[in-house]
Amino acid sequence: MKFNTVIIGGGLAGLAGGIALQKAGRSTAIISTGQNALHFFSGSFESVEEAPQRIAALFEEAGVRLHYSPGVRLMPLGTFREAALSLDDVSLFPTPKIGKKALIVSFRGYHDFFASFLAEGLEKQGMACRIEWLDLPELELLGQSPSEMRSVQIARTMDRIWEKVVQEIRNWLQDEDTVILPQVFGLRYNTVPDRIRQAVPANVVFVGTLPPSVPGIRTQMLLKRRYELLGGTYLMGDEVTEAHVHEGTVHSIVTKNLDNHFIEAEHFILASGGFFSKGLKSNPFRIYEPIFGLDVEQASDRSGWYHPEFMHDQPYLAYGVKTDDTLHTLCEGKPMKNLYAAGSILGGTRPEMGSGAGLAIRSALAAVDQILKTEAE
Amino acid sequence: MKLQEYTESKYNFEECMKCTVCTAYCPVLQVNPLYPGPKQAGPDGERLRLKDPYFFNYALKYCMNCKRCEVSCPSGVKVADLIQSARIRYDRSKPKLRDRILASTDFMGTLARPFAPVVNGVTGLGVTKAVLDATMKIDRKRSFPKYSGRSFEAWLRRHEEEQAAFPEQVSYFHGCYVNYNYPQLGKDLVKVLNALAVGVRLLDKEKCCGIAMITNGMSEQAAKHARHNVAVIGKAAAEGRKVVTTSSTCTLTLRDEYPNLLGVENAVVRDSLLMATRYVFERLERGATLRFKPGFHKKVAYHTPCHMERLGWGIFSEKLLKMIPGVEFTLLDSACCGIAGTYGFKKENYAASQAIGAPLFEQIRSINPDVVACDCETCKWQIEMSTGYTVANPISILAEALE
Ligand SMILES: Cc1cc2nc3c(=O)[nH]c(=O)nc-3n(C[C@H](O)[C@H](O)[C@H](O)COP(=O)(O)OP(=O)(O)OC[C@H]3O[C@@H](n4cnc5c(N)ncnc54)[C@H](O)[C@@H]3O)c2cc1C
Ligand code: SF4
Ligand code: SF4
Repeated sequence: MKFNTVIIGGGLAGLAGGIALQKAGRSTAIISTGQNALHFFSGSFESVEEAPQRIAALFEEAGVRLHYSPGVRLMPLGTFREAALSLDDVSLFPTPKIGKKALIVSFRGYHDFFASFLAEGLEKQGMACRIEWLDLPELELLGQSPSEMRSVQIARTMDRIWEKVVQEIRNWLQDEDTVILPQVFGLRYNTVPDRIRQAVPANVVFVGTLPPSVPGIRTQMLLKRRYELLGGTYLMGDEVTEAHVHEGTVHSIVTKNLDNHFIEAEHFILASGGFFSKGLKSNPFRIYEPIFGLDVEQASDRSGWYHPEFMHDQPYLAYGVKTDDTLHTLCEGKPMKNLYAAGSILGGTRPEMGSGAGLAIRSALAAVDQILKTEAE
Repeated sequence: MKLQEYTESKYNFEECMKCTVCTAYCPVLQVNPLYPGPKQAGPDGERLRLKDPYFFNYALKYCMNCKRCEVSCPSGVKVADLIQSARIRYDRSKPKLRDRILASTDFMGTLARPFAPVVNGVTGLGVTKAVLDATMKIDRKRSFPKYSGRSFEAWLRRHEEEQAAFPEQVSYFHGCYVNYNYPQLGKDLVKVLNALAVGVRLLDKEKCCGIAMITNGMSEQAAKHARHNVAVIGKAAAEGRKVVTTSSTCTLTLRDEYPNLLGVENAVVRDSLLMATRYVFERLERGATLRFKPGFHKKVAYHTPCHMERLGWGIFSEKLLKMIPGVEFTLLDSACCGIAGTYGFKKENYAASQAIGAPLFEQIRSINPDVVACDCETCKWQIEMSTGYTVANPISILAEALE
């Protein structure tokens, strides 16, 4: 099978690149071993410095609602972090002074949202907090299997009964100016968070939960649907195992499921993610990129990869494949002619700081621009 | 380096990083709170079971083996295989009569076929359904697959000579469904392959692939079928023929479940067995041509069956359908229809089964296609029963479009 461009990895970078290429009339395929880092996405695209018209348009057309307003967002433990471009779910504030009194609402039996830590954090900053627990008969069944009282399962129920939650909140609300809820709303219907905001007579703030991330999964579903609507081919659950390369040009790739049916293309984008997604792997001697054996930035001695204190900045997290300044990957120091890299496989970000999503989109679009430019030449 | 290689186990369970991604994609977990979910039932539970089989949880029977957890797992954990193999290793309950009957799809077919009109009449009757419901716990709201009067094998045998006249041959693993319930699909395949100048032969007596036995606690019988099928497929391969199939579930079972769950080695199957849509697509890619009817027009919505999703071969059916002039194609969202073979027939699963399929049915209604395309026979029953839309195998749609 032959495409104009094959993209390895179907996370944010792969999907953004795929959508942009399909829009430009190119035939593409995305091959992805499994799901991706969007499932842990907080909702804010960090490392995007300027208001990005092109990015906003790409998401808007997929039905993903974004807003841009440099400031801060509320974190799960009651602290604040800088943020600018975000999903509509995330409330952005000019300063960490977001109100005087907060009503924090969570679900009884739900352990992936820490209401009391959140209250403690906010109280330290002078905000009075009250916690209320929702006891909904609709969630009782979920509670029977405590290991599975998870964000996504709750969100599925909330898609049906969110109005009931609004009613409860209205009953509880006294003189609080802020209502804080876990991000478990609008899995299927992305207008729900906004409708809750309109229906509650206070400032409603949604705060991230432990994974899976409900806004992240919704974003993944919408982007994938958009990509397929544009005619893209998404092969989920398949793994690229090797490539046929001749003198710096990739001709085709081999996948686990399609075995001897090779996939050919003019261009390839490697968007296989970082360590978490196995785009990068390591053994006791080196850090490597498993498909093409590309050059990977790293300290030559293993002891330089990490810092013995766990919470310290860990150098290995910033490692990635090397490229030239047009995102052509390097192999033994030489640029590969038609293999670009995009997303967290590039390294240079700190996933623990949540700084990768913006980079993933920007690098994917830059790779697409390179491809279109080479074709024009 | 050795160390790293050796820490990999059969189902990769120690690669699980507890990311919970699989739990977001398990269709059963969405509707049945009694089911512990893929992470708990799979890698988490395995750790405990390896310590002491006492920790085996009978709620694992609610897993319908759709493999969606595996497709979504970013770490390559064979979650569904872990669950099914745990059921094989630790479940000591005897399968009920109902489960044995549902599992014996070829045995049932052999018995029922000569009496097809009677059986169809009887299983269609409200009274019979009520009795089956009460005595066997087979849900009365289910409609039953119809049994066909003449088997596909008998039909093809009558055309043996003309098929042998083609310059090239493939063998066809038709499966129980084509043989007993829907020979038309087999005839459609013959039409398509003949149009490519390829003749179709039977295998040397295939047996039911055995998937229903595996999921109904009868893995020993399933292993017998597996060894037999691997041998007859091997024979066809040794004589230089590819073996094609039209059912995604049979294919996944023959390719993956045999070695992974039943311990039956099948390298020969992996080398020679192809879904017919892949086989046809590859022939066309290599330059073969087909002649289509002028003026053919159909709005087709393609549903990727769960097992096709796991095989990763949905792309061939999709590309083939898109190639047909006059086909207006929509790819349905990746979702389970809820039937999962014999799973949805059981009374205890009926409600869950319909709830799982609901979003898919809704999407089909909103698209309002002329036909839903799909490579799985049980999906066909489920979608037809639940939406009223006609469901056809991509091969049948292709056959219809041919001159
Ligand atoms: C836990 C976590 C939380 C994060 N939270 C945030 C946040 O809140 N905000 C933010 O800005 N950034 C965050 N990031 C970073 C950001 O999400 C990622 O940088 C970005 O989403 C990466 O996208 P990607 O497409 O490059 O890679 P990924 O999303 O990792 O996708 C790579 C895909 O490639 C697939 N793949 C790998 N190898 C192969 C192969 N051989 N064949 C086929 N497919 C393959 C993988 O299965 C995976 O699906 C987080 C990252 C992590 C790990
Ligand atoms: S998706 Fe895979 S790695 Fe994640 S919890 Fe499930 S089995 Fe474990
Ligand atoms: S195979 Fe299907 S039903 Fe079973 S755990 Fe996996 S996703 Fe759930």
